[in-house]
Order: sequence, then C-alpha cells, then structure tokens
Amino acid sequence: MELNKSFKDLDYSVALEDDKAAVAWLGKYGGRFGQFIGGEFLFDDKADVIKVSNPSNGDVLAEIEVADDSAVDAAVKAARKSQESWSNAGGHARAKVLYALARLIQKHARVISVLETLDNGKPIRESRDADIPLAIRHFYHHAGWAQLQNSELHDHESVGVIAQIIPWNFPFLMLAWKISPAIAMGNSVVLKPAESTPLTAMFFAQLCEEAGVPKGVINIINGAGKTGATLAAHSGVDKVAFTGSTAVGRSIRKSTAGQSKKLTLELGGKSAFVVFEDADIDSVVEGVVDAIWYNQGEVCCAGSRLLVQASVEQKLILKLKKRMENLRYGNPLDKSIDVGCLVSDAQFKQVSGLVEDGLKHGGELYQCDKMDSATNFYPPSIITDVDSSHPLVQEEIFGPVLVISSFRTKDEAVKLANNTRYGLSASVWSENINLSMDVAPKLIAGVVWINCHNKFDASCGFGGVKESGFGREGGKEGLYEYLKPIKLKYDKSRGAGKSTSSKSSKSAASQEIDRTLKFYIGGKQTRPDGGVSTEVLNADGSIAATVGVGNRKDIRNAVAAASKGRGWAKQTAHLRAQILYYFAENLSVRRDEFISRLEISTGVSKPDAEAEFDATISRIFTYAAWTDKYDGAAHNAPYRGVTLALPEPIGVIGLIAPDDQPLLTAISLIAPAIAMGNTVVYIPGERYSNIALELVSVMETSDIPAGVINIVTGEKATLSKHLAGHGEVESVWCWGENDVVKDVEEISVENLKRTWCHENNDRDWLITSQGEGTEFLRQATHVKNIWTPYGD
Amino acid sequence: MTKINTKSDIIRNPGIDFQVDKFCDLKINLSAVEQRCQEYAKRRSIKKEKQAAWLLKVVSLIDLTTLSGDDTRTRVRRLCKKALNPINEKTKAALDIGDLNLKTAAVCVYHEMLSEAATHLKGTGVHLAAVSTGFPAGLSPLPLRIEEIKYSVEAGADEIDIVISRRHVLEGNWEELYNEVKMFREACGEAHLKTILATGELGNLTNIAKASVVCMMAGADFIKTSTGKEPTNATLPVSLVMARMIRDYYESTGYMVGFKPAGGISDTKTALQFMTLMQEELGRRWLEPDLFRFGASSLLGDIERQLDHFTSGYYSAAYRHPLA
Repeated sequence: MELNKSFKDLDYSVALEDDKAAVAWLGKYGGRFGQFIGGEFLFDDKADVIKVSNPSNGDVLAEIEVADDSAVDAAVKAARKSQESWSNAGGHARAKVLYALARLIQKHARVISVLETLDNGKPIRESRDADIPLAIRHFYHHAGWAQLQNSELHDHESVGVIAQIIPWNFPFLMLAWKISPAIAMGNSVVLKPAESTPLTAMFFAQLCEEAGVPKGVINIINGAGKTGATLAAHSGVDKVAFTGSTAVGRSIRKSTAGQSKKLTLELGGKSAFVVFEDADIDSVVEGVVDAIWYNQGEVCCAGSRLLVQASVEQKLILKLKKRMENLRYGNPLDKSIDVGCLVSDAQFKQVSGLVEDGLKHGGELYQCDKMDSATNFYPPSIITDVDSSHPLVQEEIFGPVLVISSFRTKDEAVKLANNTRYGLSASVWSENINLSMDVAPKLIAGVVWINCHNKFDASCGFGGVKESGFGREGGKEGLYEYLKPIKLKYDKSRGAGKSTSSKSSKSAASQEIDRTLKFYIGGKQTRPDGGVSTEVLNADGSIAATVGVGNRKDIRNAVAAASKGRGWAKQTAHLRAQILYYFAENLSVRRDEFISRLEISTGVSKPDAEAEFDATISRIFTYAAWTDKYDGAAHNAPYRGVTLALPEPIGVIGLIAPDDQPLLTAISLIAPAIAMGNTVVYIPGERYSNIALELVSVMETSDIPAGVINIVTGEKATLSKHLAGHGEVESVWCWGENDVVKDVEEISVENLKRTWCHENNDRDWLITSQGEGTEFLRQATHVKNIWTPYGD
Repeated sequence: MTKINTKSDIIRNPGIDFQVDKFCDLKINLSAVEQRCQEYAKRRSIKKEKQAAWLLKVVSLIDLTTLSGDDTRTRVRRLCKKALNPINEKTKAALDIGDLNLKTAAVCVYHEMLSEAATHLKGTGVHLAAVSTGFPAGLSPLPLRIEEIKYSVEAGADEIDIVISRRHVLEGNWEELYNEVKMFREACGEAHLKTILATGELGNLTNIAKASVVCMMAGADFIKTSTGKEPTNATLPVSLVMARMIRDYYESTGYMVGFKPAGGISDTKTALQFMTLMQEELGRRWLEPDLFRFGASSLLGDIERQLDHFTSGYYSAAYRHPLA
C-alpha cells in the first residue's frame, strides 16, 4: 500500500506542474512562429526554420522561422515608424501601457512559467518563483519611471530604435529587463530572443496588442547568431543592447564600431564567492547552492569561484558535500526538484567537455550523481585542489560547476577575487560589518552581494565591468542606457577657432623665447620617446611652440603612470575638491597670459578668449563642487536591507579631445574624470595642442599627485589606437574623425573597455548644458550595487 | 501495517565537558536563515497519499499538551484519551490504518496533573511529560527546581521539559547555564530531559545557537524552542538554527539529540514545513519520536480535518472531530 510505504519512507511527491495550457497554446499557433513586426505575426513559408525542443526529453515543442535580412529590415523600419509618436505620447501614456503589460503577464504567469521550463529546462519552481515574478516587477517598476520621466529626467530624451539581443538562460526575464526600460523611456525596440528559447517571447508578443502597445513599438524577430548580427549592424538602429557571451559581445562591438550607436553589453563572468572565517558557515552552504546551482549554474553572475579562508576550508567543503547529497534532480516540471537540466545538447557537451578537459590539468572532482546526456542533466559539481592558473578557475563554464580554492588573508582574498578578466559580480560572506564593508568596494565588479548571492530587483542596477561588459540594467542608473541628453543643435562654426586672422600681435606671448613643450607623464615633463617633435602654429601662421610627437611607448609610459596613480581614487572627495579649487586658483592668476595665448593661437577675439578662460575656471569649480556631491543612492528593493548604489571611478581613462576651444575642452574632459577619482591620459586636439601643455606648469604647482593627469601630444589617429588597445585603460572618451572613432571602438574589444565616442566636435563647450554636468560624471563612473541585507 | 516503534535504539546523549570553543565563535545570519526557511514549502512538495502519510507521522510525533491554569482532572483525562486514540474511527477506517495503532508520542502536563495522566497512559507506550523547574519563567529557587524534577519523575513522568534560566544566556553566564542543566539532567535519572530555550526571550539567533550547544553539552536529550508563553513561539528560522546545532553536535560527538518545536504550530501546512526542515537538515532518522516532537494542542484537530478531506474529498468542520 502506498500509504504504508510513504509512512515508512516519508519521501516527497513528484509534483508535476500541469503543462496542458502551455501545450494548448503552442497548438493554437500550429507549433510554428514567424516574426512579430508592426504588431502582427508574420509568416513566410519559404523561411528557414529552427526546431525548438524540450531539453529534458528532446521533444520538439515548436519551430521558428529565421528572420532574414529583409525581415530584420522590416522590423527596424516598423520600430522607426512608431518611435516618434510613442516618445511624444508622454510618460503617463507609456506608464499605462507598461502597467497593462505587468498586469497581463501576472494574469498569465502560470502558463508563461510552464512554457519557460519546457523550453529551457529550468526547474518550474525557479521560473514560477523567480523569473516571472521578477519580470513582472520590472514592468511595474518601469511603468513608474515612465510616469516620472518628465519630472525626473526632463533633460534627456529617448535614443530611438533599440536592437536587443538576449540569451537563453533567463529568456523571459531578460526580455523584461530589456524591453521595460527601453519602452518606458520612449524608445521602440526590435528584440531577438535566443533561437533555443523563443517561446515565452512569442507569448509576450501576443499580449502586446491587448496591453495597448502601439504597433511597431515592440517587434520580436526569431533567428540565431546571424539574425542577431544583421540586427545589430543595421543602420537604422540607434542602440544595441546585448546580453550573452563575451565572444559574441566582442563581435557586436566590432561590427558596430564607427556607427555612432549606443551600446551596452552584459557578458560573462567568473564571479568570486568570498568566505571569511567569521561567516555563518551553514548559511554560506545555502548561499553556494543559490550561487552556483541556481538555474543549473547557467547564470552570468553565478558564484562559480569559491574563495574560502584557509581556517574554515575543510569544514566548509565537508558541509558542502553533505548538502549536495540532498539536492534533488529530475523532471524540470517537478516542483520538488532543485536542479533541472541544461538548456540544450550543445550546452551539455560544452559543460561536460570543459570539465573533462580541465581536469587534465589537475583538480579533484566531486559529484553525487551521474550525468545523463539523454536528459541533458549535469550534476552539481565541486572541484577542489585547483589554483588560479587552472583553466577551470579562469574560464566561464556556465554550468553547475564550482571551483574551490583558499586564501590566507583579506588582502589575498581581494587579490584572488580580482584576478580575472571578468568583473560582473561577487559576494562577501562575513558577520563582521567592518570586514565586509571594507572588502565589498575593493572587489572589481558591478554587483557585490554581502551574505547573499544572486539577488536581483528592478530598482537596483545590474551589470559588469572589465570583460563582463558595460552598462547597467535596473535602477535609475539603468535608465540612462536608454536615454540621451537633450542638446541644442550644434552649429559647427561656433566655438571653432579662426585661422584667418593675420594681424601681427604685440602681445607678451608672441615675444617669448621659443617654446618647447614636453609631455607630462607621472608628474614629470618628459621628452618624446621617439625624439620627434613638430611645430604648432598660431592663427597667423607663426610658430606657437614645438611639441613632441608621441608614439606607442609614450602612451605605454603615460598609462603606466596613470595606473600607478590609481591611489587617487582612495583620496577623500573633499581632498580631491580642494586640489581642484587650488588648481583653479593657480590658473586664474595667469588669466591674462592664457587669454592672450588663446587669441594668438586660435585667432579668436579677445572677448571670446576671455569667455573661454572664464568658463574654464568656472568648469573647474563645477567639478570641484561635484566631487563630494555625486554620491549615489540607497535603492529600495523588496528585502530587509539596503542596496547601496555607489558611483565608482572607472580607473584609467584615455581622453582624446577635439581641436576647438583647446583650453576649455582640456578642462571639460580632465576635470570630471579626475574629480570622480579616475586618472587620465589626455591627448589634446592636434591643432592647438600647445595650450593643454601650457597647463602643465599650473598642474605642477597645484598639488595634483603624480600620474593623475598625463598629457601626450601627437597624431590623434596613432595615439588613440594605442590608447584603445591598452589593457590597463578602462575607458576612452574620443572626439575625432569617423575613422578615429571607428578605430577606437573596434580596438577597444581588446579588453572590452568602455568607449564614449563622438564624431568630430559635437558641442559648444561654452554652453554649460553641453559642456559640463552629470553626463560627464556618469561617463566618469560606473555604479556598483552593494546588496547588504541586515537583521539579527 | 508496520507498527510504530516506540522503543529507541539511540544512545542517550550523556553530555560532554563544558568547552567554550564549541560555541563562542558561533555567528548566525538572520537574513540568510530566513531565506533558507522560505524554501522548504516551495522546493518540496508533499501531496495526497504522501501528505496523508506524513500527517499520520506528525500525529505520532505530537506531545499533546495542556498547560493552563484551569487544567483539571477531567480535562487531562480527555486529553489522554485523545492521545491514545487520536484519529476518529471513521477516518481510520477510510484510511485503513487500524493496524497502525496510532498514538501521539506523549502527553505533556503540569506536575499536578501527572497522577491523573499516569492512570490513563500506563503501559500504553505514550510517554508522560511534565513541564518543570518553575515553568514557564524558571525563576524559582534552584533547589526547588531540582526537587520539582524529582517529584515529577516519582509521580510517573518519563520525560521532563525544563526551562533554562534565560538570564544566564542574556548575561553570558554560559558555564552557569551548563551547570544548571547538568544538575537537571542528573535529577531526571532515567527520565528524558527536554531543555526549553524560550527562544523568544533570547534576543537573537546567535544566542539561540549558543544556548542549544550549551544545553546539549550539559546532556539534554531534546532541545525545545518555547514554553508557549513567550511572545514568539516556534518559528522556522529558530528551528533551522537549532537543527543545525544538533547536526554539528552529532558530527562532533556522535550523540543524537532530539528537537521539539513547541507553541504556535496549529495547522498542517506549518507542521509539514517543520517536517521538511527536519528531513532536509537532519534526515529521515530525525523524523521518529525519539528525536523529534511537536509540542502542540490544536494541531491534531487540523490534521484530522485534513485526513478527513483526503478520504472524503470534502473539508470537515472542527466539531465533527472529538475534542482533545
């Protein structure tokens, strides 16, 4: 008798979630999906198709038509057509649509959850309790931002048409992360779900009409990598938002280089899970379960590198092994399981292959169950006895595999945690608030969790640094990815120097002894490595100065100096402000000289030169003022705790300036960067590069520490390439010709540095709304979200 | 059907020497513990036949309790009768569990009610537990508290539920707590000792963890959450912490200590969450009456209704089931 046996065994039920409604829905569409463009499902008999299957049993669920070039084009055009009226509809109208979407998803939450599990293989418990509720939360949260856009973000406008490419690990959640902020801010989107998991996106598409989404605002196209590449490269796209592998992210960066597209990349990770000896070890064990076995480890921010203090290493490993025995596997639709199956045969082969190869380099594997290729089940695994050089410690596995190594001290923990190309997330486990709050900011990652892992919310920014990509999703910081500052139309003739003047000047500057201006590197004036110099001419054709022509080695030296100067970030904001004020003070006593230099060099009138100089002093004051006021937020996520959104300096920033307004642009770029704690390598515009170098003597007398500001002159095209390719440069701001910008964006894939590129000069630096402000500060920082649950 | 084994094969925890390093570094993270507790109900499903089986198990784990100022002999008699025959005949027949001879694990009363209870429970296999040592505050003179245990053992109690001196925890006098519990254990003799931590009055989970360890070191057979008289009673987070301490103690000493959540567990849903917690954290062995008890009074009624629903398909009314 069942009752008798159960009374003895006390085992759990196999509680299969009913999939009838989901299967019926698939049947309604005949198991075939085309493209959702302009508010309609479009089918093409001749299209290539891709079969979509249930990874747990191989059953074919549906097939999708692959969007070809013309379908991609049609989707982008439909988005374009709708975008202006959608943007003009106003925040409240958009809020109502987002709210309706949230409600509709809520209404269909069960069937969406089941579809997701059928398609992806993740446990129904996770799609039901995490993915879909979080997706709903994103639509609600961003409905609110749409409502508040006019009051809170009035100086920004929508970007336009957004291409969004999402992965297969959280198909519906990623759709929500991408679509909700984009349409809230008045953009239209073309979204391409992963070819292996498109079903919930198709379900979402049919909700759009009911929710009142205007035709063309949301378009969803199907296909694999090629379709994604076509979409990203389409000239009608204003911005590309991509979540997926670092390799594909790189190729998107390359293919969009020089196209003036905004870009956000949310890529891979190898996130550290750092356990100190004073942590609650039993809770750490559960944290590991959440960190690496959640969603079968197919999570970009999975805590896949466990670093544990040596004193508790064995204790933790023993407890972990015991805990692993209790993890349950099985049919993903079973509510009683912890781990489902990998998303596809390909992913199964990828994970099992990586582990098999990796173990050839040593390491001890522990698993409680056997892998099963028939159901794509890969068992939770831990690998011990590995060091940082081991391939499994370095490479993202994207499966339920944890590598464990130990550390001795806090400093070593931080070093090991940061010893990776990635920088998406990390968690710190300690009951000591001093220790955890000390370590969290030192971990180079976009998200840090204290005593938890894999927590997400729409109100908190998510995204990485280094090769984990750039840009944030969620929170106010995420909105700016879908906005651009409203700028006045820029008249290129304004602000530009006039080289027509030929009157002979009698000013002091012109009567100087020949000026030879050196580079400024590491607090010293240095000669060019190649020993090559060139002359910078005044507006009247006379020689203003001789300046160095920098080469690769000069850039290398400048970056090394900037990198050495990183301690600047640890100075208090107050001190950085004081130094900036002092710099302004020292510069202001040389007012007459600089005004005269500007007149002679650039040929502007005296009033214009005066205006530029006075604006320069004011600009330094602006950023000195901002230094201790650009201070982040405490996000209100639904948990007992606080998520600190801290703007952190990017690191070393390469600044490639336009020619115009040479004094003002130098300060407009250098001041916000260093105010936020970055160090910079500044490449002045070639035409008046002497002006920036004249600033060096002021810098030298203003207590600016060595290495914070470095200046190299020379050919912009050459120097910018060296900067963009340098692995220790975390960001490049560039104003230049199209080919320069293209090179910078293309070469930046080397370390996936952030870029902020502009074709030629795009603004009048005298106008404060264009030349200064939070737009610059946002570029000078990235927001780190630190999750700190509390309670005792 | 299998008979319930009321005999225990485990070696009683004799206690160990007082060792500060066994507990001084303990730190419990409330948020992480709460998060784990939210998962038991969501990650594990117990339905239909299995739920009926689990609920019958719960019945066998209950210390059916009355601890009121107005307790009388007739009240206690009624309780004992219910303990001996916890499921009504109709449901029993429908479930075909007559052979199971299902009883609750124990009846739990004040000392003054022991003699009445003993007359009904003698030789039935249902244990007789007395709350003791100045229950619920535990602030009567120590010699009297020790005498009270002896009195109750003499009066027929084979399980003694003592209350610890919360002040020893709150003042950090761990060794005094240890000595006191050790004295209680000695006074118990053959009777089993359950130490009530009164977790609602200990301030935080870290103190609860430490008190659990100290009580086990002093020789507790069971550690128990609450008297039922504190502002908060048995909660999942508190229980998870205590279960983890039991696991650690077992792993370091080899002695199995039981766990008894008490107070506030009045419905089947909650009871099943506690069952799942035990199954997940300590395993199947800890779901037997020698290692796990529910201190409860109204829970039994809800289980009966649930079982009735399982057999009939309809929800029953409380009045249709004999009162405990």
